[in-house]
Amino acid sequence: MSREDTGTRRAVDRLREAARSPTRDGSNRLVAGVAVLIAVTVISPLLWLFLRAAAVGPREALSILVAPSTLDVFVNSVALVASVTGLSVALGVPLAVLTVLSDLPFRRVWTVALSLPLVVPSYLGAFAFVSAFGPRGELAELLSPLGVTIPTVYGFQGATLVLGLFVYPYVFLTTRASLLSFDTEQLEAAQTLNHGFRSAFRRVVLPQIAPGMTAGALLVAFYALSDFGTPAIMHFDTFTRVIYVQYNNFGRGTASLLSIQLLAVTALVLFLESRLGDAGGDGYGGGVVGTDSPVASLGWAKLPALAFCALVVGLTLVIPVAIFGMWLLRSGPGYASGGIGFQWDFAINSVYVSVFAAVGTVLAALPIAYVSARSDSRIAQLLERSTYVGYAVPGIVLALALVFLGANYFPWLYQTLPLLVFAYIVRFLPQAVGSTRSSVIQVDAKLLGAARTLGETPRGAFRRVTLPLIAPGLVAGAALVFLTTMKELPATLILHPTGFTTLVTYIWRVQEAGYYGRAALPALVLVAVSALSMILLLRQEGDDA
Amino acid sequence: MPNDTLEIPRRTTTNTAESTPDASAMLTLDGVTKRYGAEAAVDDIDLTVRDGELLTLLGPSGCGKTTTLRMIAGLTMPTSGRVGVDDETVASDGDGVPPEQRDVGMVFQEFALFPHLTVAENVGFGLDDWDADERERRVADLLDLVGLSSFADRSPENLSGGQRQRVALARSLAPEPEVLLLDEPFANLDIRLRERMREEVRRIIKETNVTAVSVTHDQEEALSISDRVAVMNDGHIEQVGRPEAVFEHPKSRFVADFLGQASFLTGRLAENNIETGLGTLSADLLQGLTADYDGARIDVLVRPDDLRATPCDDDRRTGNGTLVGRQYTGPSFVYGVELDTGDVVHCEHNHSTEHELGERVTVDLVADHTLAWYPAE
Repeated sequence: MSREDTGTRRAVDRLREAARSPTRDGSNRLVAGVAVLIAVTVISPLLWLFLRAAAVGPREALSILVAPSTLDVFVNSVALVASVTGLSVALGVPLAVLTVLSDLPFRRVWTVALSLPLVVPSYLGAFAFVSAFGPRGELAELLSPLGVTIPTVYGFQGATLVLGLFVYPYVFLTTRASLLSFDTEQLEAAQTLNHGFRSAFRRVVLPQIAPGMTAGALLVAFYALSDFGTPAIMHFDTFTRVIYVQYNNFGRGTASLLSIQLLAVTALVLFLESRLGDAGGDGYGGGVVGTDSPVASLGWAKLPALAFCALVVGLTLVIPVAIFGMWLLRSGPGYASGGIGFQWDFAINSVYVSVFAAVGTVLAALPIAYVSARSDSRIAQLLERSTYVGYAVPGIVLALALVFLGANYFPWLYQTLPLLVFAYIVRFLPQAVGSTRSSVIQVDAKLLGAARTLGETPRGAFRRVTLPLIAPGLVAGAALVFLTTMKELPATLILHPTGFTTLVTYIWRVQEAGYYGRAALPALVLVAVSALSMILLLRQEGDDA
Repeated sequence: MPNDTLEIPRRTTTNTAESTPDASAMLTLDGVTKRYGAEAAVDDIDLTVRDGELLTLLGPSGCGKTTTLRMIAGLTMPTSGRVGVDDETVASDGDGVPPEQRDVGMVFQEFALFPHLTVAENVGFGLDDWDADERERRVADLLDLVGLSSFADRSPENLSGGQRQRVALARSLAPEPEVLLLDEPFANLDIRLRERMREEVRRIIKETNVTAVSVTHDQEEALSISDRVAVMNDGHIEQVGRPEAVFEHPKSRFVADFLGQASFLTGRLAENNIETGLGTLSADLLQGLTADYDGARIDVLVRPDDLRATPCDDDRRTGNGTLVGRQYTGPSFVYGVELDTGDVVHCEHNHSTEHELGERVTVDLVADHTLAWYPAE
């Protein structure tokens, strides 16, 4: 947010304060109290995690933390984060430059196609890759008569490839954004100052898009660190996978200690990201906003560039959709038999639990969003920030924390729907707070003043003026939470009640059992759901801007 | 207003109306054309700029002036025609030398300073192949020239508009270009600063003795800073000449209209006289009018400073009319007068003379130079 915006917002807030203060009464304090209560509840699971870890004796804890296996996990995780980030930058930056600065044919089409991998949940991507290139995979079988053997997709390389391919759009999009706000006249100025395109790019463009690139890279690092599905499918021992394995094998002390270690690394990444937050300033004011009219001609490189784009789109979009589509059409006995046939009930279960999550999240978000939008106080800011716990804590860690909480203190909650819904609320609260807060900010405080002078009580004014005006924001927030809940993996996997199968848990089960064909329909449904949530998310960001 | 009347032959097509034989051509455009699809943004332009000269391309937006400038810089390649810089052909028939290999510097409209570099680093940006000492000296000299020595380590973000412009100028002059291009260099400055910077920029350009081509749609700017002005319209150059020559003797109605306020008196040439709403004018007063045009209907260009309105004291006199407009500009009034013949003309008066709307006035021609004229439309 620019300085000007903050200034304006502050002034507006002060006006609101003024409009409100003469009639200040108990209801505001009540709302604030509820908001604090919700925030504390949302953070509380982490405390249980620390309590559980503390229950492990100090000597045992130390031996776990310095055990060679733990060190391996740490090294694996860091290596995966580094390689995925590297691959994402290697893919995202050139593609962004091609689609913004060059005369690549069909740039708009490529831009959309190259952003789309973000809508394929990475565990589905991993799943598709394993079944395409894995042992006895579709493409592997197709190619083996030709004498082509594909190197194993499992392990470090596979995890890097899949995560890089499905997460690079973060770098692609942030780099594109900085390139688009880059004043291309500067590039021309450099050219009239005796620098060729290459040199001008290196000396003028690169330093200025570096903050955008880094922001994208940190998002990727954060994702790679907290992703559960891909390393698990690729049999690569990172924090998330080992925590899950330990948890399943009743090594819960170890799981909690590893979780805390993972949290520490995550905190480091987030710290770096927040330090960078304001570095992406947009030059001095008044410059022309860059256009996306091409400034560099590709010449002979046009064909290789097209091939590069086509390869990335082929790997990230065509292969998963082709694989799932093929399974869908194929109905051989090998795919229909087995004890785990697909039932539409699973989809209904997904929808059922997601609706609860969406409604619950929006209800929890409303007081926090309201207080933080209407006040500039530190407490209000802190309240809003506290909801980001759900965003920052890897899903598997949160799920584990809730398991400890349920198993040890509220056995009647353990493995019940309310606990699962609570996990979703904690995870997705930031999304709902974001959309609700921005819609509350847009409601002019003078309207409330007008309602009050017309004889409404504060509560009546809220109900008759504020609520109708913020309703679209609430609905958007709810829809977003609904869609993200549908595809959530780690918390669903760990916390779902026994016998309660959703699309996600079903996909996971057939994946573990090797009945890939069964996953076709639910996987395609989830890709569609993700695409919808991406559209919502982009629209919401557009409104905020 | 200059007294000497320039004898410019009318309706000739040469663009280099006057030539100073001692200065050689530094920049040449021969039949330069730029097409976008079927549309010609620049259509067959010929232009010669002499060594050390400051020439301004003046015209309304969309007339092709900026495209012309970009073709000289090498940022746009002409569809056809030739661009030459100091005897070297840098573009011909669709192909050309890239900008970084031309001896051409450019000051951009928004200045395009690099925000991640300091003022000194900006100025030194084009001096990569100089050795360090020389580069440092050159940067210091230029900052001195533009009066920004104490700002060397500042970021461009902390400079005012005028300072940014001077940095941009110093930066483009640093690699010692043969030709300096300025794209609407004053458009981003507020009006007061604009006038000061015009003098400042002209001083700097003249001090470095660089050949310069600037582009603007502001006629006042063009007339005040240029050695010569080229008026462009619709992809063509309509007229090239010294500012006062172009202003006093516009070759076309377009140029007349574009430069200053123009009114036209309709009249008919009879023998050696022209009957107009201001009375009978002698044909000697009209530039290049000969007896060949006898009987022709013509329009005579009169500018506000050529005319004077006084209260009407004799209704039978010619040149009478009614005051229909009054514009106060501060130093002066500009009155619109509808003559009894129907022509509307404008007269400029200093602010002490005041007339009221609707007042009957008599308009007299007070021009001390010959007048331009055009065949009636």
